[in-house]
Amino acid sequence: MMRRDAWIAATRPRLDTPSTTRDTFRTPGKSRAMTVSYDNSKIIFDGIKAAGIRSISALPETWLGPLLQRAEDDPDVHLLQVAKEEEAIGIAAGAYFAGMPHVLLMQNHGFLAAINGIVSLAQLYRVPLCMLIALRGHWGEPYPWHTRGGIVTEPVLRALEIPFEYARDPQQVAKQIREAWTFSHSSLSPVALLLTRDLMED
Amino acid sequence: MERDECLQMIYPELEDKLVVTIMGACAQELYNLGHRENFFYLQHAMGLASSIGLGLATHLPNERVVVLDGDGSVLMNLGTFATLARYHPKNLIHVIFDNGSLLSTGGFESHTSSGVTDLDAIARGAGIRHVAHAVTTLDFGEAFLAAVEREDLSVIVAKVAAVGPDHYGMDLELGENAFRFRRWIQERARTRGGTA
Repeated sequence: MMRRDAWIAATRPRLDTPSTTRDTFRTPGKSRAMTVSYDNSKIIFDGIKAAGIRSISALPETWLGPLLQRAEDDPDVHLLQVAKEEEAIGIAAGAYFAGMPHVLLMQNHGFLAAINGIVSLAQLYRVPLCMLIALRGHWGEPYPWHTRGGIVTEPVLRALEIPFEYARDPQQVAKQIREAWTFSHSSLSPVALLLTRDLMED
Repeated sequence: MERDECLQMIYPELEDKLVVTIMGACAQELYNLGHRENFFYLQHAMGLASSIGLGLATHLPNERVVVLDGDGSVLMNLGTFATLARYHPKNLIHVIFDNGSLLSTGGFESHTSSGVTDLDAIARGAGIRHVAHAVTTLDFGEAFLAAVEREDLSVIVAKVAAVGPDHYGMDLELGENAFRFRRWIQERARTRGGTA
């Protein structure tokens, strides 16, 4: 039990600890330590709420961790954590039919795992999806296992005719979320906002 | 027992509930009994009927949701049992017609054929408390009514013969179904002053 607590303390630090001590990990072969940006995670979460969205489906991953922690701690927000991202496409369709503004949070590999649902539910039936996708495996990626998914994400989005934008600037991201939601509903289409390293890491 | 008999038995109960059905034989047999605006036919995206049901049930606590699933479809999304169990929508009934066959795509045996894979046990193991197993239409009818009265997340696995309708076709476009289904929900929420 002590070991488990120590592990939790090391890997799931509380939100009120200074950002420099949180989720710190070393880039292989480099000395620079990187952290998930708690400040920008808060800006994204506040942007989701400012867009009038109170329902979120997600599969946790490192970059999305602090954001999901906020969603979990907020009594006004309904967070549904899925076992696989394709489920979230069904949940989002149910939320749309119910008239409840909803956003999907996933890693790009989860997006790749959800493609049939996106094509054969959302696109086939004209169901809007507002997807915020953590773009792992791209510029600056130190981990080899993320790279193929990162490299193919944009071409796959293009092949599927899913409109997308890159979110890099914390000052723009709230507006980008609002616009993504608006466009998904006017076009009755999936729309993707790609959360980049510039935004998600300090 | 045939799925069509089960559907006939519960059809009157479906009048005021949100119904999501999987593709193929199940969708066609329900449609043949008489389409209603509160029926959504998921004609593709196998596995996601119960996920749509979860999204509906979570956001519409005053509605009852019935998902009509199949063994082939649910085997494509077994994680759904765990997600349903975790969020536990009390207003959702998840019916799985288990015919041990991928009937609509040529009748290949599914993993549940001859009792190899036990969907009841999977649902229970995922954490769903109320799991019923039906082999006769009487069992099925009783299990369904018990689920309606229970007002708690319920799974019913109905063992049915691998037979389907003699024709396929609906006078209903896919997008049209989605738009009208959504509109029915919204109208009802408005007239009830509900939460949708």
